[in-house]
Amino acid sequence: MRHIISLLMENEPGALSRVIGLFSQRNYNIESLTVAATEDPTLSRLTLTTIGKEEVIEQITKNLNKLIEVVKLVDLSESAHIERELMLVKIKASGAQRAEIKRTADIFRGQIVDVSPSLYTVQLTGTTDKLDSFIHAIGPASILEVVRSGVTGIARGDKILSL
Amino acid sequence: MELLSGAEMLVRSLRDEGVKYIYGYPGGAVLHIYDALFKEPALTHILVRHEQAATHMADGYARSTGKAGVVFVTSGPGATNAVTGIATAFMDSIPMVVISGQVPSDMVGTDAFQETDMIGISRPIVKHSFIIKHPSEIPEVIKKAFYLAESGRPGPVVIDVPKDMTNPIDKFEYSYPKKAKLRSYAPATRGHSGQIRKAAEMLLAAKRPIIYAGGGVVLGGASTQLTEIAKLLNTPVTTTLMGLGCFPGDDHQFVGMPGMHGSYTANLAMHHCDVLIAVGARFDDRVINGAAKFCPNAKIIHIDIDPASISKTIKADIPIVGPVDSVLNDMLAALKDIGTKPNPDVVASWWKQIDEWRGNGKLFPYDSGDGSIIKPQTVIETLSEVTKGNAFVTSDVGQHQMFAAQYYRFNKPNRWINSGGLGTMGFGFPAAMGVKLSFPDDDVVCVTGEGSIQMNIQELSTCLQYDLPVKIVNLNNGALGMVRQWQDMVYNSRYSHSYMESLPDFVKLAEAYGHVGIRITDLKDLKPKMEEAFAMKDRLVFLDIQVDPSEHVYPMQISGGAMRDMWLSKTERT
Repeated sequence: MRHIISLLMENEPGALSRVIGLFSQRNYNIESLTVAATEDPTLSRLTLTTIGKEEVIEQITKNLNKLIEVVKLVDLSESAHIERELMLVKIKASGAQRAEIKRTADIFRGQIVDVSPSLYTVQLTGTTDKLDSFIHAIGPASILEVVRSGVTGIARGDKILSL
Repeated sequence: MELLSGAEMLVRSLRDEGVKYIYGYPGGAVLHIYDALFKEPALTHILVRHEQAATHMADGYARSTGKAGVVFVTSGPGATNAVTGIATAFMDSIPMVVISGQVPSDMVGTDAFQETDMIGISRPIVKHSFIIKHPSEIPEVIKKAFYLAESGRPGPVVIDVPKDMTNPIDKFEYSYPKKAKLRSYAPATRGHSGQIRKAAEMLLAAKRPIIYAGGGVVLGGASTQLTEIAKLLNTPVTTTLMGLGCFPGDDHQFVGMPGMHGSYTANLAMHHCDVLIAVGARFDDRVINGAAKFCPNAKIIHIDIDPASISKTIKADIPIVGPVDSVLNDMLAALKDIGTKPNPDVVASWWKQIDEWRGNGKLFPYDSGDGSIIKPQTVIETLSEVTKGNAFVTSDVGQHQMFAAQYYRFNKPNRWINSGGLGTMGFGFPAAMGVKLSFPDDDVVCVTGEGSIQMNIQELSTCLQYDLPVKIVNLNNGALGMVRQWQDMVYNSRYSHSYMESLPDFVKLAEAYGHVGIRITDLKDLKPKMEEAFAMKDRLVFLDIQVDPSEHVYPMQISGGAMRDMWLSKTERT
């Protein structure tokens, strides 16, 4: 099953490499990873998605917690949460295609953020599934370039991940 | 407040931490530190002949005393030579602080002379590591390093020190912190009381319980509590390779170590048990054999300080995270509080079964032959007799290691010192040196083979310099015994590169380094010459003992099978 693990860690050089090193060292799978400093400059927030059996996910969370720099950790997928990913896509758009692509982008609530005579650059945010669906709807023949930020997320309701 | 340079602060912090010995080797990047060390009389530095030996010496010190061993190495090759020793300590959860030199900060990343990314190289084999970014951080980082290395599940910590951080000209205010502050690190201090009570009830109701104790009991100083629980419940005890000595080896309740080369009794008792209580043990693949067939009828209680050890390979029914001593104390209290005893008839019938498996009383029976050739097993039995089971015994890796584990009777913890997890050849001799330095009045023996001893034999020179009269028992069978055993059993005796051709004359070699060498080829000389060696209290004696080259280590579990599936000799299997 797919899990979204979100954690707070010390904002220090080397901390990120320990997280990534753990995944390769223990043969865990990593699907996406995002990391940036938080409002507290001593802390970074890292969100990663991984796929594995429950026993493996349990080991992943335990071993992440063991890293000295990891301060707190939550498996967002264990309860209600919001997940988002940002995608920028360059799409071939000439002639009759231009209107069709704009319509599709509208349906997915995407925005055209750059335009040239032959292409559109569309910005889209949403769940991984939604972004996948958009790519599917446009069709691989028209897609020139895709950039995705990786998943980030936050728990719904009163749950807060902080010190 | 006193003003000190980075190098002086580093050395002073070690002194203030209570460090006595440093094992190391100087080089360009650590010269400022070595200069500060020169002026610090409270610290004794042991100059090894190879950095790997420095880490193993620190490791031997740590395993025998329970305190972190300290290593100094220079940048580049000094640091990379230390890697095997750091990995060895990591796999066996041994506290160690390694201070590695680094090229000056402004040259990091330029492929400077003797530059290597030590933090990167050591990342997967350390509990944690630090890079010094400013000299004033040094005392705090050292405090943290010792706290991390020694607390929770212990392990090695690396501190990488760029040369400019130790510049003698730049001075800073020095004070050594009383406590390490780490907001993200809080190892468990107590086990969950509800879980402990459930476990106690399960043990009392068990029909065929067994205690499976590992290195965590030795590291956690919980031998007394473990023995008390075993006695209270009259439960059989098996201790892993790492746990030997945490329960008395000559006690009737001790059934030998389990696993690949474990005793027939221990492996059968584990296979047939209905409740297995694992204490500071991690269900290593060399213990459990085929995970799918492991202890088919057992409920598992697992006590460990490291939550990641629990349900890693074998799922625990009652997991208890906490320090083993505190958990066992609480369990004793729970058992006394419940007040009942296990049913005596049930206990008696379980012991009847176990004693049937034990047979004639020897946990590891072997064919002692006609006496025309010395059996390696006999050497260890004789060693156990001559040293009265009281020596510190270190070993290298291979057949001799298994023979030492099987035939030496360890009655006290911290006396059996070997590389269980990583399986590092070359470990035993420097580890013995580290022990001897701290226990000068005790017998310290390195059981080794002609393959392993040659991996760190240069340390004979260090022993002469620092007067470390360890005893080396070399089970010389002229071949890489364990490799050859597998080649016999799996590869139709095709001995691909398992001969040690052109062996040196070990007696002359020992003598060349200023020590005593004794060769034993005849069984009747074995005991008297061994006694003669141990009578030479102030000399390093190298006993080169010619043993039967055809001997195999048995039992040997059949790969992928259950605990009970074993070869018992070259021709018999279960």
